[in-house]
Amino acid sequence: MKSLIKTLVEIPGPSGSEHTICEKIRDEVAAYVDSLRVDALGNLIALKGEKKAGGLRLMLSAHMDEIGIMVTHVDENGFVRFITIGGVSPRTCLGGRVLFMNGVQGVIGCEKLEDINSQPAIDQFFIDVGAHNRQDCKVKIGDVAGFERSFLDLGNRLVAKSMDNRVSVAILVEMLRQLEHTPHQIYAVFSTQEEVGLRGAISAAYGIDPDLGLAVDVTAVGDTPKGIKMEVSLGNGPAIKVRDSSFISDPRLVRWMVAVAETNGIPYQLEVLERGGTDGKSIQLARAGVPTAGLSIPCRYIHSPSEMVDYNDVQGAVRLLLALVSEPIVLE
Amino acid sequence: MHPNYDLPLYVPKITQEQIGLLERLCQACAVAGDESEVRQVILEQVKPYADEVKVDALGNVLVTRQGKSDHCPRVMMTAHMDEVGFMLVNEEEGGLYRFALVGGIDPRQLVGKPVLVGREHLPGVIGAKPIHLTDAEERKHTIPVDALRIDLGTEGSSKVKKGDWATFATRFAQIGPSLCAKALDDRLGVATLIELVKHAPANLDLLVAFTVQEEIGLRGARVAGYAFNPDLAIVVDSTPANDLPTRDGSENASYNTHLGAGPAIYLADRATFSDQRLVRHLVQAAETESIPYQFRQPGGGGTDAGAIHTQRAGIPSVSVSVPCRYIHTAAGIARLDDWNNTLRLLYAALLGFDASFINNPA
Repeated sequence: MKSLIKTLVEIPGPSGSEHTICEKIRDEVAAYVDSLRVDALGNLIALKGEKKAGGLRLMLSAHMDEIGIMVTHVDENGFVRFITIGGVSPRTCLGGRVLFMNGVQGVIGCEKLEDINSQPAIDQFFIDVGAHNRQDCKVKIGDVAGFERSFLDLGNRLVAKSMDNRVSVAILVEMLRQLEHTPHQIYAVFSTQEEVGLRGAISAAYGIDPDLGLAVDVTAVGDTPKGIKMEVSLGNGPAIKVRDSSFISDPRLVRWMVAVAETNGIPYQLEVLERGGTDGKSIQLARAGVPTAGLSIPCRYIHSPSEMVDYNDVQGAVRLLLALVSEPIVLE
Repeated sequence: MHPNYDLPLYVPKITQEQIGLLERLCQACAVAGDESEVRQVILEQVKPYADEVKVDALGNVLVTRQGKSDHCPRVMMTAHMDEVGFMLVNEEEGGLYRFALVGGIDPRQLVGKPVLVGREHLPGVIGAKPIHLTDAEERKHTIPVDALRIDLGTEGSSKVKKGDWATFATRFAQIGPSLCAKALDDRLGVATLIELVKHAPANLDLLVAFTVQEEIGLRGARVAGYAFNPDLAIVVDSTPANDLPTRDGSENASYNTHLGAGPAIYLADRATFSDQRLVRHLVQAAETESIPYQFRQPGGGGTDAGAIHTQRAGIPSVSVSVPCRYIHTAAGIARLDDWNNTLRLLYAALLGFDASFINNPA
């Protein structure tokens, strides 16, 4: 599964420009699902299974977009000004490298700061693609780039940009590959534009009209020096989401997920995320409402070019997901 | 590219007739929350042409012009009827009113401005201290809105009450190639869509929504998008042209749009990523018909597309705006050429929508 993760994280695909990653995911799952379609907002929707006795229509959502940048202006000397797509901190930009959807690569530079102790704003940065002037520059207004940093396999720990949320994409892909029997009609949605406002999932959930929803995404951890106070740590298993800042999981679903994890001997953690939202909000509020929960992968350094996950947590998430969807769901 | 009609071909063009209609629209006072004055003008203009006209629960005007065939694309277009303005909050002695802002207005734009209040357009002033009575220190600071008052003179207070809306009092003017008025955002869009309702092409179902309350959260568009559930949506708005030279002589890299460079096609703003196929369609229409166009700089702001594109199972959307300097202030400036080219571009784009744009909900 490591090579699948590596392939997925390295494909550029910020919010709004998911076509390339969408094609790749299609290739990976086509043989394992009953049908595939792409909806009006670019969500890739895979269907597997039929609703049998005791079965439900499930929507599992893993967003396939990542944070990135979009070109706003190319100046007369060929320097490229940009805005951010999603939650990009100026601190992660200094000296960063970007890869445009059209293949052009560049470096992020910064204007001279009046006060070296202050934080630059995004409009003080620019991208240098090595052009001499505007005519020479191979990117133009509206072009999109993701951050570029190679995948690192540190054994138990894996590092890349876009673990948020390509690691969850990999988990859903792997679940679809391994799933043999299910009483449920499962819609696995690789959603778009989560990073800019959970948008793809809004219309995907409306179109699918599920009985139950599960958002699969990364979550923060509290196990780094002087970090946020949070009970989730790398290596203690996949996290069952109690709440994040965008929605509160249905407590019946949380109890169900805990029961399945315990029955199957899968280590898990409980997640309370104070700052951070996921597709779960969009699913929960679709139409007349959908009972929704979240399954999360603990991740350090989220929204930096070097996000770190624990490989055992990832494998545990696949096992838990398979256990959750292979049996009838009893909520109490 | 033009389909065959046995009717004289419509050539989209802004003439004195359309400018006169725009003047009526700009002079109307319709702050977010009470769009009735603009609604009346629209209803009078579109009723003779529409197959269906409806005013929905929020006050959106929903107009349908059906295409010739049963199986043509359903194309939604919107423009918002509301403008930014003020609401009287509290009466104080002697015809002075405390007021609140409705929509995004920079408080620095208010002091000393003449306004029109209520249904009768009663003139008033947002009073400012004469310079003789201010000191240098005071002049450095922006006066907060709750320290300002609308002064209607002592008679005015009998004709207005708290809850009434007020607008800037700018009179519409045509200055050579330019238009100067309040509420060009988005009466330009309204006037453009009235024209397209009158000359809707036969290859599509044209679903036009004149929306309410865009300025306070894209509210009308949300329900209009749900109601129409079209195959695609094009939003027609007005966007800032921040294209004046910079103070330090450096290149202006945050111009948003340039006056005179044509209709501005949106790539992305804060609320929406334009559907890329629709962007390509617009660009192709512009290039085929030799219509000047520009891209609005990505980032910031939002249009009704923000509320429409996530409705139902998703609606591919794009926005096109007429550039306008100084929007959301007392007086904006737009170029007639830009407006004319916006109308031409939209009409050319409409002619090109064929059955391949129909969404099949799977």
